[in-house]
Amino acid sequence: MINPQLDSDGNLKHLLTIEGLPKRILNQILDTAETFVGVAERDIKKVPLLRGKTVCNIFFENSTRTRTTFEIAAKRLSADVINLNVGTSSQSKGETILDTVDNLIAMHADMFVVRHSQSGAAHFIAQHVPDNISVINAGDGRHAHPTQGLLDVFTIRRYKPDMHNLRVALVGDVLHSRVARSEIHALTTLGVPEVRVIAPKTLLPTDVEKLGVQVFHDMKAGLKDVDVIMMLRLQNERMNGAMLPSAQEYFKTFGLTQEKLQLAKPDAIVMHPGPMNRGVEIDSCVADGNQSVILPQVTYGIAVRMAVMAILGGGSVGGQVGNSV
Amino acid sequence: MKIHIKNGHLIDPKNKIDAQHDVYIAAGKIVAIGNKPADFTANQTIDASGLIVSPGFIDLSARLREPGSEYSATLVSELNAAAAGGVTSLACTPDTQPVLDEPGLVEMLKYRAKQLNLAHVYPLGALTRQLEGKLLTEMCKLTEAGCVGFSQADEAIIDTQVLWRACEYASTFGFTLFLRAEDDYLAKNGVAHDGELASRLGLKGIPAAAECLAIASILRIARETNTKIHLCRLSTAEGVNLVREAKKQGVQVTADVSAHHLHLTDFDIGFFNSHAHLKPPLRSMRDKEALCQGLKDGTLDAICSDHTPVNDDAKLLPFTESEAGATGLELLLPLALKWAENQKLSLAEAIAKITYQPAQILGINSGDLSIGRDADIAIFNPEKIWKVTPSELKSHGKNTPFLSLEMMGKVQYTLLHGQITYQSACIKS
Amino acid sequence: MPSQHKPYYNRTLMDFEQKTAMQLPNPETLLTDITTKIETQLNQAPSIGQCAFVGIHSGGVWLMQRILATLKLDIPYGTLDAALYRDDYAQRGLKAQSKPSNIAFNVQDKHIILIDDIFYTGRTTRAAMNELFDYGRPASITLAVLINRGGAELPILPNIVGAEILLNPKQSLQLSQDTKGKLHLSLEDNFSENDLLK
Repeated sequence: MINPQLDSDGNLKHLLTIEGLPKRILNQILDTAETFVGVAERDIKKVPLLRGKTVCNIFFENSTRTRTTFEIAAKRLSADVINLNVGTSSQSKGETILDTVDNLIAMHADMFVVRHSQSGAAHFIAQHVPDNISVINAGDGRHAHPTQGLLDVFTIRRYKPDMHNLRVALVGDVLHSRVARSEIHALTTLGVPEVRVIAPKTLLPTDVEKLGVQVFHDMKAGLKDVDVIMMLRLQNERMNGAMLPSAQEYFKTFGLTQEKLQLAKPDAIVMHPGPMNRGVEIDSCVADGNQSVILPQVTYGIAVRMAVMAILGGGSVGGQVGNSV
Repeated sequence: MKIHIKNGHLIDPKNKIDAQHDVYIAAGKIVAIGNKPADFTANQTIDASGLIVSPGFIDLSARLREPGSEYSATLVSELNAAAAGGVTSLACTPDTQPVLDEPGLVEMLKYRAKQLNLAHVYPLGALTRQLEGKLLTEMCKLTEAGCVGFSQADEAIIDTQVLWRACEYASTFGFTLFLRAEDDYLAKNGVAHDGELASRLGLKGIPAAAECLAIASILRIARETNTKIHLCRLSTAEGVNLVREAKKQGVQVTADVSAHHLHLTDFDIGFFNSHAHLKPPLRSMRDKEALCQGLKDGTLDAICSDHTPVNDDAKLLPFTESEAGATGLELLLPLALKWAENQKLSLAEAIAKITYQPAQILGINSGDLSIGRDADIAIFNPEKIWKVTPSELKSHGKNTPFLSLEMMGKVQYTLLHGQITYQSACIKS
Repeated sequence: MPSQHKPYYNRTLMDFEQKTAMQLPNPETLLTDITTKIETQLNQAPSIGQCAFVGIHSGGVWLMQRILATLKLDIPYGTLDAALYRDDYAQRGLKAQSKPSNIAFNVQDKHIILIDDIFYTGRTTRAAMNELFDYGRPASITLAVLINRGGAELPILPNIVGAEILLNPKQSLQLSQDTKGKLHLSLEDNFSENDLLK
């Protein structure tokens, strides 16, 4: 099957999911992000790459924080940004997704950043846009959140440069988490040898081992000697859907406390995609402690999103990425 | 009108005929096979050289979308599609708008279909009022109006007490219940087979257990109430095993499989292709192989098209929001032939599964070419290759996972009660 | 050589010497030459404290490091990649390997010596200057290069040059540094003219 994310030269055309992207493309994005980290630290935090281009944030599902980071990233590339919160606009009047998208295309937008509550929505939109428009998936249902996966591995790479020698544990609601899926694909593609998931059976997808992970139901066993702990957010609906009895019991069995953190390596780092539920997934003292890299994740998130937009926004004469020029 | 079909290869599985024989039709009935009757002068001759002459196909499930959903399809378009597919009799499901739970609606539908004279329509009446699974419908009156059985379409009966009583009541009169086995709670909001693919794509899965639990319940109730049950659209390997066991124990059960499930698996969803969004969902390779084997060894009795035309707009949506279903009447023949070819079976075996076997399940006098039978005939070229495109399909439903693929096997003529209802455009007259 | 005596704005490509791969000048000699010229320039500056070096990746950075070592200067220095300011982004996207720019000093009011290895079309210089201006307003910029291979497409010229030579336009001139730090020049065939953007 042709990968809808790559063009005929093998260069990135859309960023819809990490699954199926070759390692060189992930490295291209991560390496490019390195150059953008420095831009944020300058007085003039802009570069002219996307000057005159229009980036549309089409959010069918609300999210102020993700939308804001994409907006900052686009503006730092000198692009113009349009924010479309579809709940408040014509979609609620019965307009179909494609009609909304077609209207934006008619207004000569260049890049779409899409978030939707249904899996596959970004793929769907990417199939229907003309060749000159790139689509970035900002989260579709429980399927993928590729920029989050990328910024998470970028953060890991910064603190633990030797990816081939790491043990990484993901803790929490993997079943409903698009972040978890993207993180797993990024880690396995980049060659991290041991990726663990720690969760009760009700919060794990069927056949999750086939994604290349080891399953643990005992958090103490799962955290032993890990280098990176990635916490996942727990949503209240899980209690109502008879998947968990209570937040308190969840915290007792799967919450990250200082005590459980000691089981990991002494220099292990703690991550969380945010927003955090303090006292449910993670204890405050760990979230604010010196092993937490949760705030740097946010900073790196902007650099990574700038890198993705910069790569998608450019032309591609001259063949595949990776040839020296 | 006297018709002579000459030079064709006749395949009539029920009567075990598989040889070159001419067919002679008069007054809408078959009057002779092989040798010309003495006083027969044909008004019309059909040259079936190089073609197969078979009983018209019988489809256990086709949604005609009338009454109520005419923007998706109409009786005219779908019965034309049936004729183009060589289908001369079909059973339609009660999930129309309004639901087929009133004798008047059934009579109207039968009358309209009779007027169009393109295919015999055998409605399945609703088993419960409005398909809500609470109150029984007037099954006797509905049967009088023309229903050949009763169905819940895709709505489960959650209340086992109601299911029990519906079975008992139907069994009193010997009616057949056509039920698609799926546990409502386990299948709720699911759109794909619960397995590795659904996990990767982040789609809510319907576990195989949802079908198996329901089959086990239904079979148990059927056995205890002595009800004739037909299980529609099996999709799991376990389900096939349960039916096999039940048949061994003498339970009155028959089962069918949708033509799609004989060829496709959940991997055909690919990058969220909504054409592969079906009910029941496409399952794993293991399930597909068990279904093919089950059909071969007789555990499954028939292949149906599960024809479900869906409006284009309803498919142009993210997978979960898209409407499930695929168009099927015109693909029934090539898909059945491909199944037989893959299983190294003869053409006759394939045709049996879409002619006299489904006829027996519906309880109608059709599906074979015995002398005196209605001349419902399909004449087809089993080797003709054609491409599935929107313009090629007569149905208003252009939604199929086989879009842009090539099929082998195409109907050239269809006759209903001795009249030609379809003639392929590429025949030189 | 006569061409050296004409003011540089009057020199044309006819004054450039045509060279083949066998005749490439010795980069070490050129480096010594421009180091001397840079030293002269610095001595004429109002105050050495207001000067700074900026090297353009990768060749300019190697040269800058050698010059700093030779002149034993303790002045601020930085590196520029200019990849994010190039004018061919719409055609070719971002380069595969970008090294981050690093200008740790305050550019405002400084006299900057901008160092690159090979000057061709002038577009890299234009991009580097644009990036530099995003850091602050320099008092002046002096461009020092090892080789000007003729072919400026913009009204930009280097102030300090080691050699002016003409080469086969279908070949790309590359500076490299071996493991012992010695500089080498080589000519390579291009697979497309679009790659020439020096």
